[in-house]
Parts: sequence; structure tokens; C-alpha cells
Amino acid sequence: MITQALFRALDKKAIWIVAILLVVAIAVPLSNLMLPDGHPLRLPNYAVPLFGKYLTFAMLALALDLVWGYCGILSLGHGAFFAIGGYAMGMYLMRQIGTRGVYANPILPDFMVFLNWKELPWYWYGMDNFWIAMLMVVLVPGLLAFVFGFLAFRSRVTGVYLSIITQAMTYALLLAFFRNDMGFGGNNGLTDFKDILGQSISAPTTRAALFAASAIALALAVLACSMIVNSKLGKVMVAVRDAESRTRFLGYRVEYVKLFAFVVSAVIAGIAGALYVPQVGIINPSEFDPANSIEVVIWTAVGGRGTIVGPIIGGILVNVGKSYFTGAFPEYWLFALGALFVVVTLFMPKGIVGLIGQYHRATTKREQHERTDSAEAEAGIEPTNQPKPAE
Amino acid sequence: MTDKTGTMLYLDGVSVAFDGFKAINHLSIIVYPAEMLAIIGPNGAGKTTMMDIITGKTRPDDGQVLFDGRTDLTRLDEAAIANLGIGRKFQKPTVFESHTIWDNIEMALKKPRGVFSTLFYAASTADNARISEILETVRLLDRKHELAADLSHGQKQWLEIGMLLAQDPKLLLVDEPVAGMTDAETVETAKLLRDIAKTRSVVVVEHDMSFVRELGSRVTCLAEGAVLAEGTLDQVSANPVVIERYLGR
Repeated sequence: MITQALFRALDKKAIWIVAILLVVAIAVPLSNLMLPDGHPLRLPNYAVPLFGKYLTFAMLALALDLVWGYCGILSLGHGAFFAIGGYAMGMYLMRQIGTRGVYANPILPDFMVFLNWKELPWYWYGMDNFWIAMLMVVLVPGLLAFVFGFLAFRSRVTGVYLSIITQAMTYALLLAFFRNDMGFGGNNGLTDFKDILGQSISAPTTRAALFAASAIALALAVLACSMIVNSKLGKVMVAVRDAESRTRFLGYRVEYVKLFAFVVSAVIAGIAGALYVPQVGIINPSEFDPANSIEVVIWTAVGGRGTIVGPIIGGILVNVGKSYFTGAFPEYWLFALGALFVVVTLFMPKGIVGLIGQYHRATTKREQHERTDSAEAEAGIEPTNQPKPAE
Repeated sequence: MTDKTGTMLYLDGVSVAFDGFKAINHLSIIVYPAEMLAIIGPNGAGKTTMMDIITGKTRPDDGQVLFDGRTDLTRLDEAAIANLGIGRKFQKPTVFESHTIWDNIEMALKKPRGVFSTLFYAASTADNARISEILETVRLLDRKHELAADLSHGQKQWLEIGMLLAQDPKLLLVDEPVAGMTDAETVETAKLLRDIAKTRSVVVVEHDMSFVRELGSRVTCLAEGAVLAEGTLDQVSANPVVIERYLGR
């Protein structure tokens, strides 16, 4: 039964995306590690974690697309799930520092020693174990999404009201994580990481491995999302997006359909966050900034919502643009981003992917037209289905 | 009032008010199994509100709403009521426009509605045969791979009737099914509904009098949220109060 569903999910486009991602997962590390310095095809060391970061952003955009593009839930707080996944990974990385910290405390991270704490808070227990930390990466965002979604969807909070409370959720978390008492490093967050799984976090091989892990995780997310949206449940999700009350009168429990999409999406976002943190080397409360979550919406809109490939393209392209812009004209980036969103909303409602699709349909239509026209001209007869003039 | 057992739909003394306006005022209606009832009445008579109450969209302030002689519908939500076997066609045809005609029927097909059973659903040969059969009935089989958005208004009405059939309900609530249809389509629709009413209960709300005549069923005329007259179409349309309040002289 499950294999059947998987098989159906492997439509052509998803296979292509997965194949490309797997090639990238191998090619980028190989080019960085194997080719000699100065070779034209060699990726410089700084580029590997940078590209890895883009992939995690693409994964976050894909997660948002599952709820927004397919299920019509415009979450303006998806950055929260990403940040929570990131914090879970950050806690593991903090515990790996051990005695190499400034205060050389084998158990307590530096910021706790600084705050004069004597004991590790209960929620830090077990986070020195990689697998427990990875479980938390999945579990905590999933659980938050479950509780939040259950309450919101059961009360039938929809549309702009839902967007506002998701925004409030991430803002509340931002304020909470700023507090030193929370035990997550306050304003400074978690940083100064040394090792991951016993490997130095700044070593080129580790960075290459993290890049490959990001590409593979994104490929798996594509498979999962493709399987969901191509199933009957995916069709019901689109039905909820387009005509929620009609779906309810068909007997579907709309709130559970939404809840499922929201939880899966939060888990994907959490995994993306966990891959993001070791590649940028820091996680702090600014990741909860509502503006971040809004940016994710822009990536998804630019790429094309309601498609699998769209948010991936959007997430990568907008962030490549951001890297360039913030380097070349730092003061204009936010204007450019705002303008981009306005242009996309006005002229490309289906994003880049929609534009390509439109162009493709237009050309095939024209070709068909030309073919029938020329066929008629060759035959040298009038189209037969036209009424003959009366004699 | 009359005995509740043996009824498919039983409304007794139902009232609902919106901001003090009594949309439904002490309404009592009975529908028996395998029976068709046509409901006519002027705009604002409470026809659509009555359907909202039966399908769980609106809670009545007062009165009893029973399905199958025993299930209290006022305690259930839309999804639960739909799964009991009450299907509804809306006044404005609402089909899922970004899905194909086939997918519209497949989603409506009577199957477990849970999240995970829907996620892992794979259509069996029997399901496909049933979908084809329904599409044949509503004459959309040759367009099954087209998007529902590309259908004409009348065809959307038919697709929605097809979705109702796919739900395999015991009671169908049909709100203005022939709006936007040609005369020939209207006659076909009346025939289809008469066929359906051989095995299921059907409640039709309609303004089009010639269509109601085609249905040849019992008629109830509503006005201001209450029953004005009941009987055959001839009896109802000869009723002086109905002529005064609805049909006009």
C-alpha cells in the first residue's frame, strides 16, 4: 500500500529534482576536495557552506509551500520552526565544546557559567547525544506545530487572522529567546562550535559532508512532499485551499487535513534549521524575527507556489541575489526585496515556474496552430466544418 | 406531531434568528425514505437557511432536527453529518476548479475520510468503475481529464450532482440545480433527479416552476421561515395565500 503510494509520487518532475540534487550532493564536495587549488572548476572553501545554506533555505521554502501553496495556510511564522530546529542542533554543538570553552567547564556552556548557573537546566540533559538532539530537531517543531495548529484549525481561524497569529507566535518566541533566563544564551544565542560527531566543524571535509547532507535532506523532503501532494490527500489539501467549506460538506475533517500539512511542514523546516546552524556557525534569537518568516514567503512566491520545484528555485535565487546585493549595494537590498515582491505579485502570480509554464504552453499552442494551418494550406481545401454559403 | 420512526428527515418546530430577524420560524417538515420533496418560496423564505441547519452549518435556536428517525443533527458538525449520508449541492455550483473532473468525483467517492487512509488511498478497479459509471450518468465521461474550471455553468451543476451521487448519500439536498441550464438540460436534470429519488430521499429547492412540474413530487411552499402550503404542485399553486405571497396574480 505504502510502496504503491510512493511509486505514484515518483512523477517525472520529482525524479528530475531528486536526481539533480543527488548529483549536486556528490559534485560540489568532489570539486572542493579533489580538485587542486587554482583549478577553474574548483569551488573555493567559503562557497561550500554558503551553497549549503542556500539549500537549507530552499528546504524551508519547500516546507512553507506545502502549507501555503497546496493547503492555503499562509504561515508568517515558519521561521520559528526553522529556528527551533536550529536551536536543538545548537544545543548539541554547545555540549560538544566541553572543556575547550573560555571557562573550561566540562558540562556547562560558557554563557551558563557567566550567568553563575551551577547546574545544567533539565531540558539540556541528553542533548550531548547526537541522536537525542536529532530526535528533538524533529519532535519539538512538530509538537509546537501540532498544539498550535490543533487550537487554531479547530477554532476555524483562517486567512489573515491565522497569518497574524503565526506572526505573533514567532514574535513571542523571539522575545522569549532573548531572555537570559530561558537558558539558550539570550541575545548572543549559541555559537563558538567546535565539533560535530567528533569532526572539526570548520574542516573542509566536514563542510563538504554537511553540504551533501543538506542536498540529500532536500531531496528526501522533495520525495516526501511529492508523495503527499500527489496522493488523494494532496488533492484534498488543494480542495481545502480552493473551497474549504465545500470540502467539509464532502465529509472531510478540514482541520485534521490542515494539521497534518502543518506538522509535516514544521518538521521539514526544523530539519532545515538543524542543517543551517553548523554551516553558518551560530544560532541566535534574530532567527525568530517575523521579517525572516516574511522573506520565506517572498522566496516561495518568487519561485512559484503550489509547485514542488518553485520554492526551491525561489529560495536559492533570492538568496544568491541577497548575497550579491548585500555585498555590492548593502543599503538597497530591502528595497530590491520589496520591489521584487510587488513585481512578482502583480505580474507573475505563479512565480518563475508559472512564467516558464505559460511560455511553454504558448509556444506549443502556436506550433499546433501553425501545423494545422499549413496542413490545410497543403491540402488546398477549405475547412469542411464551415457552413457552405447558400446558393 | 407525527411519528418520527420511518422518517428520513424530521424537522419539528425549528427556529433560528440572526440579529433578531427570524430567518426560520417554527418550521416543521418531514421527508420519507425514497421520496422527493420540492420546496418553493420567495427570496428570503429561509430555504437556504433550512439547508444550513440540516447540514450543520447553522445551529437552530429551537426545535428538533432528526435524521433517519433517530440521529440528532443539531449536535453534529458538517463533516460528521456528511458522513452520516447527507449530501448537499449548493446554489452556486461549487466544484474544485483546479482539479480534473475525474478527481472531483474521486474525492467525493464514499471512502474512509481519515487523514492517513486518504494519504495511502489507491483507487481499486471497483472504484474506477464506479467513477466511470457516475461520469457516464452525468455525461462528463469524455471530458474526465479536463479541469473542472473549464466546464460551463450547467455542466458544473451536473458535476456537482455527480459528486453527490459519488457520496452515496441517503438524503440529497439540492439547491437550485437548474440555474443556468438550457431547457433541454433542465428536462434531463429532472429525469435524473426522479431516477435518484427511486432509492433515496431528495429535497429540491427551486424557483423554476416548469422544472418543479417536471419533478412531479410533493411540494412545500415556504414564506418568512414557515410552511405556507403543502400538497401537489396544482394544489399549492391554486392556494390563494401562495398566489398572494409568492406567485403573484
